[in-house]
Amino acid sequence: MLTTLLNIGKGPVPSASDHDERPRPLVSETDPERRATVGLDRLTYEQLDELAVELDAIRQRVLDDLGQEDADYIRRVVKVQSGLEIAGRALMFLPFIPPAWLAGVASLSLSKILDNMEIGHNVMHGQYDWMNDPALNSKQFEWDIVGPAAGWKMTHNYEHHTFTNIHGKDRDIGYGLVRIDEDQPWHPVYLANPVLAFGLMFIFEWGVMLHDLELDKLQSGEETWEQVKARNAGTLRKIRRQVVKDYVLFPALTGPFFLSTLAGNFSANIVRNIWAFNVIFCGHFPADVETFSEESAENESRGQWYLRQVLGSANISGSKVFHILTGNLSHQIEHHLFPDIPSRRYPQIAPEIREICDRYGLTYNTGSLGKQIGSVAKKLFTLGLPPRKDAAATPAAARRDDDLAA
Amino acid sequence: MSTDRRPRRGLARRLLATRLADHLTAPHGVDRFLEQLDPLLTVHQVRGVVSEVVHETGAASTVVLAPNDAWTGFRPGQHVQFGVEVDGKRRVRVFSVSSSTARDDGRFSVTVKAHDDGYVSQYLHREMAPGTVVYLSEAEGEFVLPEEVPGGLLLLSGGSGITPVMSMLLSLRDAGHTRPVTFLHYARSADDEIFRGALDEVVATCPWATVRRVYTREPGAGDLQGRFTTAHLDLLGIDPATTPTWACGPAGLIETVRKTYAEAGAEQMLAVEYFKVPKVDLDAADATGTLSLDSAGLDVPNDGRTILEQAEEAGLTPEFGCRMGICHKCTVKKKHGAVRNVLSGEVRADTDEDIRICINKPVGDVCVAL
Ligand SMILES: Cc1cc2nc3c(=O)[nH]c(=O)nc-3n(C[C@H](O)[C@H](O)[C@H](O)COP(=O)(O)OP(=O)(O)OC[C@H]3O[C@@H](n4cnc5c(N)ncnc54)[C@H](O)[C@@H]3O)c2cc1C
Ligand code: FES
Repeated sequence: MLTTLLNIGKGPVPSASDHDERPRPLVSETDPERRATVGLDRLTYEQLDELAVELDAIRQRVLDDLGQEDADYIRRVVKVQSGLEIAGRALMFLPFIPPAWLAGVASLSLSKILDNMEIGHNVMHGQYDWMNDPALNSKQFEWDIVGPAAGWKMTHNYEHHTFTNIHGKDRDIGYGLVRIDEDQPWHPVYLANPVLAFGLMFIFEWGVMLHDLELDKLQSGEETWEQVKARNAGTLRKIRRQVVKDYVLFPALTGPFFLSTLAGNFSANIVRNIWAFNVIFCGHFPADVETFSEESAENESRGQWYLRQVLGSANISGSKVFHILTGNLSHQIEHHLFPDIPSRRYPQIAPEIREICDRYGLTYNTGSLGKQIGSVAKKLFTLGLPPRKDAAATPAAARRDDDLAA
Repeated sequence: MSTDRRPRRGLARRLLATRLADHLTAPHGVDRFLEQLDPLLTVHQVRGVVSEVVHETGAASTVVLAPNDAWTGFRPGQHVQFGVEVDGKRRVRVFSVSSSTARDDGRFSVTVKAHDDGYVSQYLHREMAPGTVVYLSEAEGEFVLPEEVPGGLLLLSGGSGITPVMSMLLSLRDAGHTRPVTFLHYARSADDEIFRGALDEVVATCPWATVRRVYTREPGAGDLQGRFTTAHLDLLGIDPATTPTWACGPAGLIETVRKTYAEAGAEQMLAVEYFKVPKVDLDAADATGTLSLDSAGLDVPNDGRTILEQAEEAGLTPEFGCRMGICHKCTVKKKHGAVRNVLSGEVRADTDEDIRICINKPVGDVCVAL
């Protein structure tokens, strides 16, 4: 059984959008025979295999059922987003009617939020590739944000979704900026943790773009400057297009209202940044979300991969509209289990996933937006301070492994 | 021969097609907004609406399309990519244009033979209704008549392969062509013959056209007997060496025609079109050497099939679309080595050239960036 489940790591490094179908587990270079220890504090290898079978069955059932309704849904979202964008741009021509400017900012903000989250994020995960519509295809889609799709698909789809919450592998842990997990070594810089995070919130789209450049590969010697430049060739062009559109062309079109339009477009980008930042920080950083060490995950089985996704993610509860505005990332757990299933399916399968988690004794981390943000904020403050001596000596991941050995 | 019957665009539509409109609507482009109002309003993407479906035989239908103004016309013999959406999923197939370039309503048609287990062809034949929106491409393909149409040409076809040459024949007629043309068509039986009525009409009205029909499963019924052989050309008084020929049909027919022209030293007189990638001969003498899949770091012994099939066999999942050389989705860089195009037989040996792996097979050692 296990060997067949493990039989998913063959072949070349998958392209960013293919990986979802068959996530590639970490393979130990030194000891290919060793089995990963992820999850053994809760389940046996046999139970982990059973978990994989149950979750695979749900995945297959949903995939087999995809059809017209899913296509209609995403097209409806696109229609609403397009309408909001046109309304937002049009209202900027009327700044002399006081509520028009505000309404314009609101429309444009919602348009950008829908574009980036329910449409962009999900389309680029390949959730609608089965429709074979070039406009909704993960390889071709580009979103209304400064960072180009290609870089994001690499760091997010591939690295973050494959190596979720593994230290040294998942660059999304603290985004290389803040300390959000006990196992990140402390540094005096992290005294500024809350300030850094607060600042990042406003410039989030630029942060994501910089993050996706993966300049650290230059520092670590993994890539030469030429390679970094080649990999990011499209970024400058994308930035130019976005900036020219929002801060030159549309302001110029409104003639005498140049400055008010520029301010409106700027505000819409900031609103989107704040929203996206909050949703995304609540996805993996609230208290009780677990992280993992590289050795513990090497040679993991499909069940262990699934377990890591559940324990490494957190949901946010809320209304239907709220879920849509988060791009259904409020169902982060379901999304991490099945990244390439259309997001409208996550709320539908959530009760089943929750029941499975309960049965296997896995924490299904969920809470209101307020509660999850509060939890993240608290961690940002406490983890910014130097760790107490005894805790620092034994990082959490090592502690879990020790428990096992004991 | 060519046409551009595109209705002239008004100022608004011309502005929408400018680069400025593209910048304002970045990153999605102007069509994404226009199609919210009506899928046919797109200025860049070619789309059409089905205006009529005509049943030609029990197993073939003609679909007449009214394209939007992004369509720039076609040359007879060309094909279009034709996408229909069923149950949320778009399926794209390629069909030759079957109508004359002279239709003054700007419409064109494709004619489709329904294959027993064919998804799109059955759908078009049985379910397609007027009013359906179809996702098209511009007309494509090099299987076309030259601008200056020579006299004494032969249009040869088998089965549904009649579509592109029918478009040529009808376009010639409507353009007032009067120099001799021979139209030689092979169908299984008279009942299976797709354009029987239209051909009868050509026979009645065009003295310059010699129409010969052969029914391979109805001995005694047609103008000639049995499958195509060199003898058929002799009987019609056709010398391959002096007859510009356009041939389209099943792989078996095309292979025989090719051999005939090769034996007469007349390959350059012959243009062919396939509807399906011909099955590659597994025992071909040139199935030697090693296929190196560079990015994957794999070497596999060349087994004579297309590079796409061999890469899939090796466990890779290269991107592909049509698997017949049309859509270019499977294009990858060939680093070095020689490949044979299974449609044209052409061998290319340049380093670092882009090839479509669905229709190229290795000749000896080949290294591709897969
Ligand atoms: C350049 C070009 C022009 C074409 N023009 C026409 C045209 O004018 N009229 C037309 O009817 N078709 C034409 N075709 C073929 C067409 O594109 C489809 O392949 C065909 O209609 C079958 O599609 P389907 O969805 O029905 O079958 P699918 O569901 O794709 O395939 C089902 C089964 O049919 C078999 N099959 C697929 N294609 C063919 C074929 N061409 N001949 C025999 N068996 C096949 C498959 O092997 C499979 O077993 C053309 C193809 C090309 C490459
Ligand atoms: S798959 Fe369409 S050209 Fe090769």
